[in-house]
Amino acid sequence: MFQVRIHGRGGQGVVAAAEILSMAAFAEGRHAQAFPSFGSERMGAPVVSFCRIDDRPIRTHEPVMEPDALVIQDVTLIHQVELFAGLSADAYVLINTSRSFDELGLGEFARRFHRDRLLTCPATELALEHLGRPLPNAVLLGGFAALTGQITLDAIGTAVRERFPGAVGDRNMAAAAAAFRFVTLEEEEMVHASTD
Amino acid sequence: MLRQIEGSRAVAETVALCRPEVVCAYPISPQTHIIEAIGVMVASGALAPCEFINVESEFAAMSVSIGASAAGARAYTATASQGLLFMIEAVYNAAGLGLPIVMTLANRAIGAPINIWNDHSDAMAVRDAGWIQLFAETNQEAADLHVLAFRLAEELSLPVMVCMDGFILTHAVERVDLPDQAQVDAYLPPYEPRQVLEPDDPVSIGAMVGPEAFEEVRYLAHLRQLDALERIPALATAFEEAFGRPSGGLVSPYRTEDADIVIVALGSVLGTIKDAVDARRDAGDRVGVLGITAFRPFPNDAVREALSGARSVVVVEKAFSIGFGGVLSTDVAMASHDTGCTLRTIVCGLGGRPITSRSLEQAFAAAALDELDSLTFLDLDHEIVERERTRMTTTRRSGPSAENILRDLGTVASRID
Repeated sequence: MFQVRIHGRGGQGVVAAAEILSMAAFAEGRHAQAFPSFGSERMGAPVVSFCRIDDRPIRTHEPVMEPDALVIQDVTLIHQVELFAGLSADAYVLINTSRSFDELGLGEFARRFHRDRLLTCPATELALEHLGRPLPNAVLLGGFAALTGQITLDAIGTAVRERFPGAVGDRNMAAAAAAFRFVTLEEEEMVHASTD
Repeated sequence: MLRQIEGSRAVAETVALCRPEVVCAYPISPQTHIIEAIGVMVASGALAPCEFINVESEFAAMSVSIGASAAGARAYTATASQGLLFMIEAVYNAAGLGLPIVMTLANRAIGAPINIWNDHSDAMAVRDAGWIQLFAETNQEAADLHVLAFRLAEELSLPVMVCMDGFILTHAVERVDLPDQAQVDAYLPPYEPRQVLEPDDPVSIGAMVGPEAFEEVRYLAHLRQLDALERIPALATAFEEAFGRPSGGLVSPYRTEDADIVIVALGSVLGTIKDAVDARRDAGDRVGVLGITAFRPFPNDAVREALSGARSVVVVEKAFSIGFGGVLSTDVAMASHDTGCTLRTIVCGLGGRPITSRSLEQAFAAAALDELDSLTFLDLDHEIVERERTRMTTTRRSGPSAENILRDLGTVASRID
């Protein structure tokens, strides 16, 4: 089972992101379960959502305590919320920011993890470019697909277009594809840097 | 058709396939998404001639459902928590009058302190109202049970409550196989009322009944609930034949055949329990699970049979009777009184407290060693309780306990669990 926790703020589509990820996994014939952390969905308030993906039916209904991947939609949560609770050294972390882990004051923290599993991605900028609105949720799923390999970009596209029919879906998909390319390039650069 | 869909949406679409004629409900979390979705479908004309009646309260919602059902309409409503309590007089009336209303209860804690999260105290508060109460383990079962519920309700002329865990199921997006209209039509015949308010053939429904007949009327209601014990398995079999998957039934056992220890529970926690049971099986404990799908009527014989080989029974409950202990435990104890097993109760998940497989596994391991207390409050913070107890003994005006405890805990908004 692969377990994902998504952190953001009310209004950023935190709950929708987990739903779309589960729909993408479903589109690939896998079992998936998406659910919000309940009750705190107010505009601007910290919100958490969860997604589990597996090849067999998912029975558990507990919150994700030990995520395999963390997606952080709002970088201002970093020093306010226990974002990294339950995270193992093998986990993936994707943060929506144009800054690096060092610039975020997370350099020391990041060294506890696999270097190629921790990435930042300027999803809000990509959203503004492609959607004209600062909605990073679907964008980050493109980055998630590239970072974790748990889902294909095509499946994300299917789910995004199902959730947002028409032009909105197309624009979200273009932004998600841009994030996919961004993360893929970052990973390639890291590979080059480590072999040089 | 297989869909990746929110539990509330799956229930709304399934209820729509049951061709309700009157839907009357008042919004309350975590039931709201169900009612919103049905409201949109009615407004679009897709469910014509169904009427969605807006009312000012849950009391009115159940009263309108009673009126609609008495007038011969297939009536549906949904509520939760305080909403259920607000309509409780009418809830009893619906059962007492024998009106086959189907209601979704999106299980939620009851205040005070106010809490919107899941537990089973709302369902337990109306345990004795005369409704059939079915508990869904998954969103698939939540959807399926509604089809079964309409048929069961109308065959017996009794109201049926389908209980699904608020948020945990209602707001979870999971895989659900939704039936099509032809399948539901083949399973669920049109409503043929046993009693109906009709100008051409007038009757009174709900007359005053004195001591000369009240006991007989109540006993008849009991007999009809016992009839449900026969009809629920039969309708579950018919459901499986019609839809190609099992759903409903009285109880659902898992790995109980050779079990020394059997865990008994209601609702969605059964999934987490099954994972914990598999882990304990791997560790060598012979443990199994008995899910109770029909809580009212309570399937005494089926429970007794399932527990007959167990040395120890652990009832996991999301509610308790303050000043006593387990609610479901009492029923399980009655059903298994002569099997020689020891019975323990774990109270957990109150007001949405996460029930983790880790804590359950520890409790089940303790049960295997006969080291589990007879009444355990899972993951209770004893230190916080002691601080408030001390405050109460040392200070006369110690203030409101809930607020004192919140202050002791500090900010919780940043916590994952």
